[in-house]
Formats: sequence, C-alpha cells, structure tokens
Amino acid sequence: MEAFLQYTVQGLAAGGFYALAALGLAVIFGALGVVNFAHGSFYMLGAVTAAVLLDVLDIHFWASLVIVPILMFIFGVIVELLLVQWLLKLDILYNFLLTFGLSLVLVDLVKRQYGVSGLPYEQPAGLDGLIRLGSVEIPAYQLFVFLFSLAVCLIVWLVLAKTRVGMIVRAATEEPERARALGINVSAWVTPVFGFGVALAGLAGVLAAPFRAVTATMGSNFVIILFAIVVIGGLGSVLGAVVAGFLVGLVEAYGQGYAGTFSQVLIFVLMAVVIMVRPAGLFGRKEAV
Amino acid sequence: MASTRRGLLGVTGFAASALLLAGCAGGPAPAAESELSDDKVVIGLLNDQSGVYKDLSGPNSEVAIEMAIEDYFAEYGDEAVVTEEQLEIVTADTQNKPDVANTQAQQMYDRSNADIILDVPASSAALAVAEVAAQKKKLYINVGAATMELTGAACNPYTFHWAYNTQMLAKGAAGVVEDGGETWSLVYPDYAFGQDMVKSFTGAVEDAGGTINESIATPFPNDNFSTFITRAASTNPDVVGIMAAGGDLINFVKQFNQSGVRDQATLAVGLMFITDIHSLGVEEFAGTTFTDAWYWNYDEQNREFADRFQKLTDTRPSFAHAANYSAAYQYLDAIQRAGTDDADAIVSELEGLKVNDVFLRNGEIRAGDHSVIHDSYVAKVKAADDVEEDWDYEEIIATIPAEDAFPDVNPDCSL
Repeated sequence: MEAFLQYTVQGLAAGGFYALAALGLAVIFGALGVVNFAHGSFYMLGAVTAAVLLDVLDIHFWASLVIVPILMFIFGVIVELLLVQWLLKLDILYNFLLTFGLSLVLVDLVKRQYGVSGLPYEQPAGLDGLIRLGSVEIPAYQLFVFLFSLAVCLIVWLVLAKTRVGMIVRAATEEPERARALGINVSAWVTPVFGFGVALAGLAGVLAAPFRAVTATMGSNFVIILFAIVVIGGLGSVLGAVVAGFLVGLVEAYGQGYAGTFSQVLIFVLMAVVIMVRPAGLFGRKEAV
Repeated sequence: MASTRRGLLGVTGFAASALLLAGCAGGPAPAAESELSDDKVVIGLLNDQSGVYKDLSGPNSEVAIEMAIEDYFAEYGDEAVVTEEQLEIVTADTQNKPDVANTQAQQMYDRSNADIILDVPASSAALAVAEVAAQKKKLYINVGAATMELTGAACNPYTFHWAYNTQMLAKGAAGVVEDGGETWSLVYPDYAFGQDMVKSFTGAVEDAGGTINESIATPFPNDNFSTFITRAASTNPDVVGIMAAGGDLINFVKQFNQSGVRDQATLAVGLMFITDIHSLGVEEFAGTTFTDAWYWNYDEQNREFADRFQKLTDTRPSFAHAANYSAAYQYLDAIQRAGTDDADAIVSELEGLKVNDVFLRNGEIRAGDHSVIHDSYVAKVKAADDVEEDWDYEEIIATIPAEDAFPDVNPDCSL
C-alpha cells in the first residue's frame, strides 16, 4: 500500500511536469493548427539556456524561471514571423515538416556548441531534501515541480476562460471567420500565441534542468510522450492536455512500479484505447478529428 | 583474395621503391628495408564523431593517435621503418549503428586501404566491424566497446580488445563488497549492454560474498527513474548499482540524489568516463565508486601525457583516449619489429606480448583470445571540496592487478 502511495505521488509530480509542457503544444495547435514537432527542442533550449545563464552569468534557477520563458517567447515570435507564418495557409503537413526540420537543426547546433555529454546544472537552493506526506517521502524538488506546474496550468486556463484577452484568443482560434466578422484582428494574435506556447516549453525545460540530463537530445524522446498526451487529451484542448498529462504521469509511475520496462508501452496502449473509444481524445472537439 | 592482391601490391611497391633508390644513390635507406603494402601505413579511426560517445572518444582520439605517431618517430628517428609521408590517418563516423559501422569498415579497408581500424565504441557496432576484419583478414583493435563477445564467441585472429570489458568493470564491485557493501540492487537498461553488465556484476558481487537483492530492468532510453529508484531502495540494499551510460546515467544520478536514497545506500556506477563526471558536475557524483581503466592524474607519467593532450584539445583525456594512443603506438612498434605491415606478421608480433606504456601497466596481449589485460583501478569520485583543479575528480582507492582484473581466456573463443 505504501509503495502504491509512493508511486501515486511520483506519478502526479511527473504528471504536472508533463501537463505544463503539453500545454504549450496544445495552445499552439489550438491557435495555429500547427503540429509543432519542434516542441521537444524548444523544451531542450529552455534547459540549455538556463544552464548557460548559470555558467556564464551566474544567473540561478529562480531568476531563470522568469528570464528563460521571456527569451523563449521572443525566440518563438521570431520563428513564427520568419518561418511558421508563411506556411499557415498550406496543408498542415508543411508546418509539421518545417518544425521537424527545425528541431533537427536546433539539436545539431546545440551539439556543435556544447557537445553531447550534457551541461551541469545544480539543485536550486532551498529545494533539496525530502518532504514527508503521511507515510510517503517525496523529494522537495518534485513536490515543487508538481505545485508550480499545476499553478501555471491553472493560471493559463483562467486567463483563457475568464479574461477578455483570453476570450479574444479563443474566438480567434476556435472560430476565426466569425471573429474576423466581429472586427477582431485574428492574425495579430497568432504570433504572440505561438511565442507563448514556445515560452511554456522553455519553462518546462528550466524545471527539468535540476533533475534531468541537460543534453542536446533531451527533447527527442520527450516530444513523443508529449504528442501522446495531447492526443489522449484531445488535440488543441488545454484542459485535455492538463488532465492527460497527469494521467500519463500516473500510468508511467504505475507501469514502472508494477510492469517494469513496459511503462512506456503502457502510455501508448492508453493512447490507443482512448482513440478507439473517443477518436477526438478525452476533451477534444469533434472538428478536431 | 584481397590479401593476395595486396601482397602483390606490396611486392610491386617494394620493387618500385628499390628501383627508385637505385636511381638516386644515398637515399634514405630505412624505408627501403621495410615491406609496406601499397607503400603506405593507413590507420583508420572509426568511432562516434557526433553522438553520445563523441566526448569520451570521438575526434579527440585522432589527436591521441597523432601523439602516438609523434612518439614513434621520436623513438626511432632515422631508424623508423615507416616515414612520415607514408603514414596516414583516415576517420569515419559509425553513428553507433552496426550497419553504418559495417559499411564504413569495408570502405576503410577497401577504398582507403586502411591497414588497421581502431576504436569503435558501442558493442553492436564493434561486433559488426570485427566480422568485417575477419572476412578481410585485416587488423582491428577495439578500444571503446565493452562487450565480452569480442573475445568470446565472436573472437577472430585479426581482432584485439584493448581497453576494458564488462567483467573487468564488475571487478571493482568486489572491492565495494569487501568495504561492507554486501547487499545490492541493480538497475539496468533493458538492451544488450545493460543485460551483459548485470550478468557480470551479479557474478562479481556473488563471488565476493555479496548478494543481489533485485535487478530492475528499465526502458532505454528513459528520463524518469523516480519509481525505479523507489523500487531499488525498497529492499534496503547497502549499494544501488546503476548500469546505464550517457544521458540515462545522468538522469538516474540526478534523480537518485534527490530521492533521499543516497543517505541510505552507496551508489555504484557500472561504466563511467571522466567526461560524464565533468558534464554532470563532481558534487552530483561525490562518493560514487566505479572501476576505471586508467586515470589521467594517477601518476607522473599519466599526467605528462594528459598535459600534452590538454595543450592540443583543451581537455583532459578519458581512458579511451589514452587507450587509442597505446593501441596506435604498439601497432607502429610492431611494424617496426616486423619490418612489414602485413596483418598476419603484426598479429604474431602482438600475440603474447608483454607491454608497459602510459595506458597499459603490466599489460599483456593474450594469445589465447586477443584480450589485452592490464592493471585496473577502483575509483571513488571526490567530494567537491577535495577537488584541487579542474578534471581532478577521482581518488584511486585500489589497484586491481591485471590477471585479477580480467577474466580467464574465454573457452568459447577459438582462434
């Protein structure tokens, strides 16, 4: 029983992290209809940037949590303006190929600059040690990642659901024609939304740096899991990405605990089952099919 | 077939150079005394030039081989059988894929006329190259791969295994058991390397009187190990042994350190290079024990080599770099003694040879299975406060004598 509780807590902690990273992917798909295969590389860039900031300018974790997403937002805006924008009117496949190519380029550039064995990143001060929750002990850092991700997801959801800006973005992304007819400048919102999605990936990268290897290839495997998450949650659905992120975190933890090497297979079994029962995903709109 | 053709080429080359020398009296005599195939010695370096093993070996191994060439000329000067113009290095990238390694090896032997191939990390790629070497009857000295197969079932007369293997890595574990680490949990990636490592470590720990509580398989690659760490700790072992390499190893160690298991159990790493410690930061690995084949700051001789290497590369050598140096040097030395680069002649020069050089201490190139044995070391990663200079990360706590470090000749190997 204690082991089960331990796995549950670990699954939720990993899940929060997955949810945060998948959120950016879902927002980008919702707003632009772009299947952003470079999301894993943006996540990697976030972590690498944090490591470089620490090494070169002695900027620590807490400051990086703010600075890196801002840098990644700017980077995302540039990518959107220079590349993504021009292919939006074409078939969805074009931007998929573009982002796929972009991710290969980014990974190789980082490899070229920083090698392959990874960059060091220290544990943030104040977050080492363990926290006891009832009968289970959890690393303080994992608990922080869980709470922080949950808070960011909640804020993003509240902004989208409750504020005027959120409503405009949703209208522009969900019903672009009607929004245009109502005088909303839809294309003006596309660029910052893409940048925002990239910033979320970068933020996930900063969170990953203290507990995962900071290497050029750290996003390659990760992006596959993220795609499974957004498919399970429903493409483009923000709530779906968050719920599915936690679900996948739990499935992975129980899989590791009870099924060993099959833990990653289980994620894709879950994805297959969800697609069979609800082809649009758990929270997907029918149009997304 | 190929060897006949190359033999012919060698004879023609020899005849041609003899004629040439006859024409110009007083030419450099030593070169004429040797019998070099196509009048050249081509050393092929085949390894990972862009992937996960790039830093621990990669392009810097070429620098190490160049150092060996330099030392060869310094040693023999005018007496050298090979002249500087006759020596050539060619390199290629295996991408750690056996099919790519196979193609590259064929190209090196056939098109680049390589007389020897060196290195090839990643066990599957190494086995592929060994097969090509056997077919073409050309020399191959493996440095970067760990598999026992190279000197076991897959052994052949033209392949040597220079630096280390999984059973030698496991020998360090015995030292940990003697230090009080009696019960172990092992975590390993579920593919050839991890499975081979678990077999070797289980044997070594049990031989030393310890117990393996549990061996936990993980997917490969994998970046979230938290639940596996909880499972490994659930049997309260004295030691948690991790058999992963590269990024997976770093993921594991970071998460292990955060888990609090570090306070209950020692961490033992199956295979680690100094580049791994450097990239993750010494404090993350502090106290970790592992078996090292060679350490740059072990003694004055190693340090001298490392200083020279650092001037050229801006970094300290890993054991793979030093082993590539040693393999290249001993190969050239064998050519010097044999007066030819004929593969069979070099093989008989190397077989049974006792060697002492900067990498091989009490080294012996075993004739029985072509495994190269040498002293190895139980190393412990220093605490951050004890590190006096960059890259000074290891404390050598014990030397494992060559004959204890490596297993006996494998009966599966018939040369």
